[in-house]
Amino acid sequence: MSTRGKVVGVVANLVTIEVDGPVAQNEICYITLKGTRLMAEVIKITGKFAYVQVFESTRGLFVGCEAEFTGRLLEVTLGPGMLSKNYDGLQNDLDKMEGVFLKRGEYTFPLEEDKKWHFTPLAKPGSEVVAGDWIGNVKEGWIDHKIMVPFDFQGTGTIKSVVSEGDYTVKDTVAVITSADGTERNCSMMMRWPVKVDVKCYKNKPRPFKIMETGIRTIDTMNPIAEGGTGFIPGPFGCGKTVLQHALSKNADADLIIIVACGERANEVVEIFTEFPELDDPRTGRKLMERTIIICNTSNMPVAAREASVYTGMTIAEYYRTMGLKVLLLADSTSRWAQALREMSNRMEELPGPDAFPMDLPAIISSFYSRSGFVNLRNGKTGSITFIGTVSPAGGNLKEPVTESTKKSARCFYALSQNRADSKRYPAVDPIDSYSKYLEYPEIAEYLDKTIGDGWVADIMKLKDMLLRGKEARDQINILGDDGVPVSYHILFNKAEIIDFVILQQDAFDHVDASTPMERQKYMVNKVLDICNADFNFEGFQEIGAYFKRVINLLKQMNYQQFQNEQFKKIEEELELSIAEKRVSDLQPLAAV
Amino acid sequence: MKTKAFQKIYTHIENVTKATCTIEAEGVTNEEMAIVDNRPAQVVKIAGKMVTLQIFPGTQGIATDAEVVFLGKPPTLKVSEELKGRFFNAYGQPIDGGPEVDGKEVEIGGPSVNPVRRRQPSELIATGIAGIDLNNTLVTGQKIPFFADPDQPFNQVMATVALRAKADVIVLGGMGMSNDDYLYYKTLFDNAGALDRIVAFVNTTENPPVERLLVPDMALTTAEYFAVEHKMKVLCLLTDMTLYADALSIVSNRMDQIPSKDSMPGSLYSDLAKIYEKAAQFPEGGSITIIAVTTLSGGDITHAIPDNTGYITEGQLYLRRDTDIAKVIVDPFRSLSRLKQLVIGKKTRKDHPQVMNAAVRLYADAAGAKTKLDNGFDLTEYDRRTIEFAQEYSRELLAIDINIDVDTMLDTGWKLFGKYFTRDEVGIKQDIMDLYWAGKAS
Ligand SMILES: Nc1ncnc2c1ncn2[C@@H]1O[C@H](COP(=O)(O)OP(=O)(O)O)[C@@H](O)[C@H]1O
Ligand SMILES: [Mg+2]
Repeated sequence: MSTRGKVVGVVANLVTIEVDGPVAQNEICYITLKGTRLMAEVIKITGKFAYVQVFESTRGLFVGCEAEFTGRLLEVTLGPGMLSKNYDGLQNDLDKMEGVFLKRGEYTFPLEEDKKWHFTPLAKPGSEVVAGDWIGNVKEGWIDHKIMVPFDFQGTGTIKSVVSEGDYTVKDTVAVITSADGTERNCSMMMRWPVKVDVKCYKNKPRPFKIMETGIRTIDTMNPIAEGGTGFIPGPFGCGKTVLQHALSKNADADLIIIVACGERANEVVEIFTEFPELDDPRTGRKLMERTIIICNTSNMPVAAREASVYTGMTIAEYYRTMGLKVLLLADSTSRWAQALREMSNRMEELPGPDAFPMDLPAIISSFYSRSGFVNLRNGKTGSITFIGTVSPAGGNLKEPVTESTKKSARCFYALSQNRADSKRYPAVDPIDSYSKYLEYPEIAEYLDKTIGDGWVADIMKLKDMLLRGKEARDQINILGDDGVPVSYHILFNKAEIIDFVILQQDAFDHVDASTPMERQKYMVNKVLDICNADFNFEGFQEIGAYFKRVINLLKQMNYQQFQNEQFKKIEEELELSIAEKRVSDLQPLAAV
Repeated sequence: MKTKAFQKIYTHIENVTKATCTIEAEGVTNEEMAIVDNRPAQVVKIAGKMVTLQIFPGTQGIATDAEVVFLGKPPTLKVSEELKGRFFNAYGQPIDGGPEVDGKEVEIGGPSVNPVRRRQPSELIATGIAGIDLNNTLVTGQKIPFFADPDQPFNQVMATVALRAKADVIVLGGMGMSNDDYLYYKTLFDNAGALDRIVAFVNTTENPPVERLLVPDMALTTAEYFAVEHKMKVLCLLTDMTLYADALSIVSNRMDQIPSKDSMPGSLYSDLAKIYEKAAQFPEGGSITIIAVTTLSGGDITHAIPDNTGYITEGQLYLRRDTDIAKVIVDPFRSLSRLKQLVIGKKTRKDHPQVMNAAVRLYADAAGAKTKLDNGFDLTEYDRRTIEFAQEYSRELLAIDINIDVDTMLDTGWKLFGKYFTRDEVGIKQDIMDLYWAGKAS
């Protein structure tokens, strides 16, 4: 018989329950309030009192309300039918809920109960299997959705039977597996899994060795992220975290995008709901929604469910990774999740760490990031989860616990700068502060040189150096004045401006410029490097600014054109003429500069 | 809030703090209202039989034998058409001498809109102020505050916006409002003949600060009633949210919660988000737009209140005095409307986004040139042109006393570009340049 209890205390969404039997940490219970069942999670136990965080408003709760413990942890339901869904943080299907307003205690089934899926068996009776092995295949949209041995299956089992090809619902038994001790288990197309436990159904997790193309130049060219890698985007409000994440979700080269809207604005999710069903995936031509799952727990939704939402997203990502897909998981904003932890920890009167965040925040963040990664599956296939979270530092100051903890875990750092945002240099990723640790991986460097072109990594380093020198030159000009520095400083500064305007800056709202395929990025990098490597002849600093503005303008116009179309080529010709005007031909002595 | 005959009366208070009382009571529900010594109060904590109540007007003079009556329900408001044209206090009681409002009684601070039921905001709110319409276009269903130092004329600008916005109903939530400002709004709306479209909930500086905590929920419950039941376009004005947050910190400090940054409660983000996220475009056509005021102290936007607000709202509008033109302007640098993308170049002329960006970029160049000048360096010829441009741009477009339509704003932009710059310097997309460029051919 399951444990029951009665409410004895309430402060905000922290409720104390006196229980009549065993309870487990993180166990889920339901509190009944006038016929409505409110879901809650155990977060502390002392004696016969369980402290639970309620995933709903606790208004109207009173001493004596009945509670019923489920014996299960917070879980998600995994199976075909998740693709294109809009879930809340607890994986309730938001579209199944009635009415304009959310009703307390309304929980909806995340999959389709009655829908028949066309199942094709992959495993044969007699074969030995372990958790995560593929039993069959169903078409979920365009995805070959693998039906897998339940992740909680212990040890090695033997397939006793598999149903023949045909149409089944998620609850129908499709396979029977005999475990080592002889017990038989009926497996359907769905399974449940506790969100806070890593899914480890893979052979091994090698270091990431290839790049995930995102179409965003400041990422792909300057600080590429690895497939299976991690990155984070800290930045003050209004600097472009969300726009950058949306751009990633639209353009990244992934099979599946999971977007966790964690404690941020509802209208931003509405934008996705509205646009994704209409927008095309630039690579496949399918609608973006066909490769997207949204987990939506906006800032006005219950705080405890906000914490759950990132785990829900990660677990769904792990599920799809185990079927051999390339998953991109995005969370906006992980700071809200940390704040949810803080609110609860304060209510429980725990000893606070820095800025009143819980002491174990760094550990929580790092174990979350470590769930991503590239994996080799047991059947020789591969899968990956690339994770990019945003961080919203209080006061825009990066010396705060969430940013600092995340910096220790994530390998790419895309720092958004207020200055760049103020001067509308979008995306406002600071080219000097930001980094990708993956550029230091020899296997990644090798991959880049092989796939993009020999010497690519060296070229990128050159770009970075030019940016740094440009910044130094600008600082000198600001201190000494335009005519207080040699003309070459002005040239250095302007060359860095070219890189900034043409490579770094990218108009997320222009349908051409929004996404740049790697081939085009390479073309433009070469073009820009060619100019940066050239020597120019100027009379004095006065003419330099105007000249390079013209060059930048032409290059920008190229960015707005379809790659290599007539107009593109026309502008390019004009550009070449402009360059030739001032370029010191190789034959001329260098002294002309 | 009258007591009813069958309600149980308690007369033994165990504990009194500055903001709360604790008594032993049974059958009490979380967040329900009570009357303690004739003062409105709300249940904030239940521990066994011990119930802690937050006393809105404060606990001065409350004796341990004071009368406590539980009302059995959370704070509510009676909603109906009769609300229009009326002024109330934080509890929803009339302060205009008029009768009590009759209507459907609803709990304030009700549930959130299911995100999948929201519609994407798409209707532009024209204010005539170019600093807003051109650079930071507002859209129905948006939530946006003015970030301003207390000496900025934010009340005037907000009232101007409200009156030009063509809203069906304007709900004013005044928190810690000076009596003068309260009367300013009242007279202004009256003179504009808009009084029958106004509903106001006002907590003035003469009222206890903690009462303010009820004002946003009262105002937004009213807004939801008109937007959902009557499918109306509702504009909700909340001023001053900084004073609201101050009240939150008073309560949390008195309840011994661990403060986070700037002695604000750790839940400040969630508390503010619950209010601002009530802004919505509803599927049936109604909408709630929230324009708020967050006063800054010494322009510091890293303080927890403006900082958390900025993370929640869909942009912010900064007012700043431009000494070059001796006028208050909407600062184009730090101001932002995050929803402008939904309408500019779509509901307005195609060149809108490019004109907006180019002008701000050139204005930024002018700022750079001014720094040069301040540091005692010579200006280039380009620098001088940007500075001249910036002044004219500020006077003709950024000043808050502008009242023109969007096309005129765009034409003015092109006029200034043509007057001061070359095509290259303006750097706008070729096809748009070809259509609108008003300067020399090259
Ligand atoms: N890449 C971009 N191109 C153009 N505008 C951008 C870009 N990134 C951000 N913006 C502008 O900045 C605003 C704020 O961006 P957003 O991503 O919402 O900020 P954050 O999430 O950091 O608060 C956007 O509404 C948009 O106007
Ligand atoms: Mg954001």
